[in-house]
Amino acid sequence: MDQLLKLLEQNAKLSNEQLSTLLGKPEEEIAAAVKEYEDNNVILGYNALVNWEKIDPNDCTAIIELKVQPKRGYGYEEIASEIMRFDEVQTVWLMSSSSYDLSVIVRGHSFRDISMFVAKRLATLDSVTSTATNFVLKRYKEHFFSFAEENKDERRHLNID
Amino acid sequence: MIDYSKILSEKVADLKPSGIRKFFDLASEVKDVIALTIGEPDFKTPWHIREAGIDSLKKGRTWYTANAGLAELRQEASNYLNRRFDLKYDPSEIFITVGGSEAIDLTIRAIIDNGDDMLLPIPSFVCYDPICRLAGGNVVTIETKRENDFRLTADELRAAITPKTKLLVLPFPNNPTGAVMRREHLEEIAEVLRGTDIMVLSDEIYAELTYGGKRHVSIAEIEGMKERTIIVNGFSKAYAMTGWRLGYVAGPSPIISQMLKIHQYAIMSSPTTSQYAAVVAMRDCDNEVEDMKREYDMRRRFLVKAFNDMGLDCFTPEGAFYVFPCIKSTGLSSEEFCEKLLHSKKVAVVPGGAFGSSGEGFVRVSYSYSLDHLMEATKRIKEFIEELEK
Repeated sequence: MDQLLKLLEQNAKLSNEQLSTLLGKPEEEIAAAVKEYEDNNVILGYNALVNWEKIDPNDCTAIIELKVQPKRGYGYEEIASEIMRFDEVQTVWLMSSSSYDLSVIVRGHSFRDISMFVAKRLATLDSVTSTATNFVLKRYKEHFFSFAEENKDERRHLNID
Repeated sequence: MIDYSKILSEKVADLKPSGIRKFFDLASEVKDVIALTIGEPDFKTPWHIREAGIDSLKKGRTWYTANAGLAELRQEASNYLNRRFDLKYDPSEIFITVGGSEAIDLTIRAIIDNGDDMLLPIPSFVCYDPICRLAGGNVVTIETKRENDFRLTADELRAAITPKTKLLVLPFPNNPTGAVMRREHLEEIAEVLRGTDIMVLSDEIYAELTYGGKRHVSIAEIEGMKERTIIVNGFSKAYAMTGWRLGYVAGPSPIISQMLKIHQYAIMSSPTTSQYAAVVAMRDCDNEVEDMKREYDMRRRFLVKAFNDMGLDCFTPEGAFYVFPCIKSTGLSSEEFCEKLLHSKKVAVVPGGAFGSSGEGFVRVSYSYSLDHLMEATKRIKEFIEELEK
């Protein structure tokens, strides 16, 4: 059912009926597979990919590199779960990098908004030893979707094909 | 003042412009059209095929190849035919052409003389007829039928054969219907042809794109048929390489060697860069073909259901990337249907009549488009049908 996951990953709005047509499997089988994926947390959730800049031109996103001091007995779990709780935080990853440990993606209403969040909330956490904030200037493609207005079909009509 | 009409060859001047062209001209006048008309893959050529082309240029391989093509590519084509269809062709029985199109042209020109008959199942791709006429031949059409899932049957074939018949065109998987001929259907055709001197031009350009778990079978695989079959194939549809213009032909040496004469006088050799890229395509890209095919297959199922749900009878095609729904229930001719759909909903599909008289009452819908594109287009076609019914 890899194909089912791939289809949903690209378009979670496909109905079970549509999925059943596309995959040539009975609708009940699709429904059962989706439920199992949801129950087992293979599918964590469904969301829309929003271009917030269209709503608010100041809206911005930053990738923050955090160096942290892992705690004896807890490793990185404790600090990661502390950071996850902030509503501003979209993503937290533990990285294999020589220069930092956690990568945190934050969305805010302005550069200043995010800078203040980092200074007041993240930098002040006990285990955090340093922060580096990288602002996103332009989003070209995310999660398979292009931010360009138009994907032009460059194919030409031949007179006979 | 020169009267050009007296200078031009009568055969050329008499060729009618393709029926698709008229419709494309019409569609190009409407802004923001959602097209379902294009007959080439929407995928880009897989990256390592492109890379092989680039690499050959970097290495300065910019000369002609041998007339018959790169030895390496002919060997790969021989391996491929053996691997995929269990066909044994020596590389000397294969040569590389400028697309499947040139291979079709050469086959017809090598066999058809003035007054010879060529059998052509229709609806089908529009190039066979004019090429035969240029060679001085007569085209005897055979109308395939919806009730036979647009396959050629043995009875239809038998009824069409004349004492002058030299060549049968076997265009399966078929453009525009998506029909395929399975082994059992080919056995019946072979039964009619064995013992005759009729050659088969088997246009297998869509051979890699068959669905429903069964692979394409070449008529050359059927007993007694290899000696009377010329296989035309190419890289355009399977590997999404339309713009590279590369195909090949395989058949009995006495015919292939004569076709190669025309090729060397008219073309010299096929594009060199494309040939280097094609070696990689045939050798390393079975998985990429499979991925594209899986995507086409989903779109195919989506369209068949969408058309049947809106009340347009649509048989389940098992090959190529077209569906061919019947629009007779609307009471419109296929041209009227297409023109009205274009103007009221800005969706373009091709009138079936463009592919031969028996295509009338049907339209060709290509699924070489993304699923989102197909969803939007079918939504509009559904609205169109509902408004017609009011």
